[in-house]
Amino acid sequence: MQMNMVSAINNALELILKENEKVVLLGEDIGKDGGVFRVTEGLQAKFGEKRVMDTPLAEAAIIGTSIGMALAGMHPMPEIQFAGFSYPAFNQIVSHAARYRSRTRSALSVPMVIRTPVSGGVRSLEHHSESPEALYSHVGGLLVVEPSNPYDAKGMLIKAARMNDPVLFLEPTKLYRLFKQEVPEEAYEVPIGKANVVREGSALSIITYGTMVPVVKEVVDDKKVDAEIIDLRTINPLDEASIIQSAKKTGRVVIVHEAQTSFGVGAEIAARIAEKAIYELSAPIIRVASPSLPYPFPGYENYYIPNAKKVASAIDKVLSA
Amino acid sequence: MLTKAFEGSVDYVQVMDENGAIDATQFPKDLADAKILEMYKSMLFARALDAKSLSLQRQGRAVTYAPLVGEEATQIGTAFAMRKQDFFVPNFRQHGVFLARGFPLDSFFVASRGFEDGNKIPNGFAATPVTVPVGSQMPHAVGMAFAFKYQGKDAAVVSYVGDGGTSEGEFYEALNFAGVWKVPVVMIIENNQWAISVPRRAQTASQTLAQKALAVGIRCVQVDGNDVVAVYKATSEALENAKEGPTVIECVTYRMSMHTTSDDPSRYRSDDEVAEWAKRDPLLRVRTYLLKKGMWNDDLEKQTSEEQLKQIDEAVDKAEQFKPDPVGMFKNAYSFMPEILQEESDDAIASNFWQ
Ligand SMILES: Cc1ncc(C[n+]2csc(CCOP(=O)(O)OP(=O)(O)O)c2C)c(N)n1
Ligand SMILES: [Mg+2]
Repeated sequence: MQMNMVSAINNALELILKENEKVVLLGEDIGKDGGVFRVTEGLQAKFGEKRVMDTPLAEAAIIGTSIGMALAGMHPMPEIQFAGFSYPAFNQIVSHAARYRSRTRSALSVPMVIRTPVSGGVRSLEHHSESPEALYSHVGGLLVVEPSNPYDAKGMLIKAARMNDPVLFLEPTKLYRLFKQEVPEEAYEVPIGKANVVREGSALSIITYGTMVPVVKEVVDDKKVDAEIIDLRTINPLDEASIIQSAKKTGRVVIVHEAQTSFGVGAEIAARIAEKAIYELSAPIIRVASPSLPYPFPGYENYYIPNAKKVASAIDKVLSA
Repeated sequence: MLTKAFEGSVDYVQVMDENGAIDATQFPKDLADAKILEMYKSMLFARALDAKSLSLQRQGRAVTYAPLVGEEATQIGTAFAMRKQDFFVPNFRQHGVFLARGFPLDSFFVASRGFEDGNKIPNGFAATPVTVPVGSQMPHAVGMAFAFKYQGKDAAVVSYVGDGGTSEGEFYEALNFAGVWKVPVVMIIENNQWAISVPRRAQTASQTLAQKALAVGIRCVQVDGNDVVAVYKATSEALENAKEGPTVIECVTYRMSMHTTSDDPSRYRSDDEVAEWAKRDPLLRVRTYLLKKGMWNDDLEKQTSEEQLKQIDEAVDKAEQFKPDPVGMFKNAYSFMPEILQEESDDAIASNFWQ
């Protein structure tokens, strides 16, 4: 069936709720309102208020109580309305969700999926366009994933809900309704921890994820350059093997993400390539990312987030080096 | 042995009822009718500003907007009670407070267009800008009040939070600090019955929001938030007593419109409920009161509205002349320009990638 990312995630949630009684959804405005992006539309009507809960407005408690549910044998799927509002819950995520397993040598684990919209490009108010994947990937013990299309979104969410780990599931708002794709109606899994080679090529490797995947594809199509495009899909743990293999093959690497440049995911990727493939490179690695600044108000976002032109000039630069 | 460990209660205050009738026992002695008239005009202005903002957003000339309609008495009543030296700490819906306190309208509209430049608070204007992360502003208000006390200033802080915001940890933590430190802060809970789609009853099992203050040893009161006189009275008294410590005022009002321009309230609340609250419109009762006193009439209303609209339109025109400056993003992150940021800035400007 043709689905956009919103309907693919909604469909995945429905299948998960049917499949596993331990699963409950909780969050602000996810019940009657169906979520501010309508991702959970209709689920409360189908599964009742006990399994699809509107909570009071308190992120620390949404995540903290979810951790408690998980410790007691449930599999909660809390939603944080926007990633920029996950910070009140940062303590719960970093100090507990990510550490219960290691602190108890796997006697206790926190199976849960935290869903939250990320990134910008849709003229949202302050704090509604954050890309905090690096913050959360830095922690360890927490899976961080970010699909870039409806098919992956559904398959990865189902996979996440079947794992015995805390998963931070990032949903780029810009991609929610950007395009439709053929998505199977039944449940299926897309692996977590495996990058997707979107396009094979030999001239250069472009490593990207999230909102920048469609931008990169467009530039590569326009320029008719023989680029290999890798969509990470999972940020932590990084699929290092796919990255190194591609870097060795093409010898030229551009990393593209929307989040800030400094201390970002691109830095981690570049470091790993430098460690394991530097002698096979023909050009310096280039990062295309946002300035090392907080995400601006919507009026300035086009001056901030990378676009096709910025990606194109990086490609030219890496090819001419 | 069984004794009472604690007993508490919360007063509810209404001075002017839905029909504009006054409860003389509650009427504030120092409140002249001329001031009620000024507050009415200010409420009219706030409503006009709201309508304009909504229409600009609908035309694509402004970003997402959170309407204040229905909450004018809470916003204008508190704003008028503030003394010149008092500071306010808003969330994201108190456009009426900014207006009544004299924030430059053109800056307001520059911010509405989505530019930080509109938040460049004029020297001497005593407020923080809009705060979006719900509840997070409350500790700032308490810290400011601490600073004023520390500095020996005769000033207080008035902070605002919604009914939903009272569920956040930062709200409770701020309240507790205020109680321990006994600082001059007045916390206005703008209870408009809804936090996006979540109704007040689902937000907390507490009977009132005001009573949350009792747990931390703070004075509190619940007022009819659609009664500008009650709001004015409660806030003035709290400010007069601010030297002795904090007060929490729960203003019971109603969000007559959508949460923001991204929201569709018909998905979660009934028209009947909205119609019921429309009868308690905060402007209507003041208008009735002033009409009865012979201080107001249709001509005056028309004339006032025209003047206000003219001011608003001029401000919008000025705001639309504003040209964004991307270098401002880079220049205002630190007190100095780090070399690597300068390089990012130079690269961005040289490449003009956004064009
Ligand atoms: C920490 C945080 N979580 C979620 C949001 C999204 N959000 C914005 S306003 C709002 C509801 C606020 O309700 P209330 O405090 O009653 O204020 P009101 O909007 O009714 O004025 C929510 C959930 C946010 N801005 N900040
Ligand atoms: Mg509210």
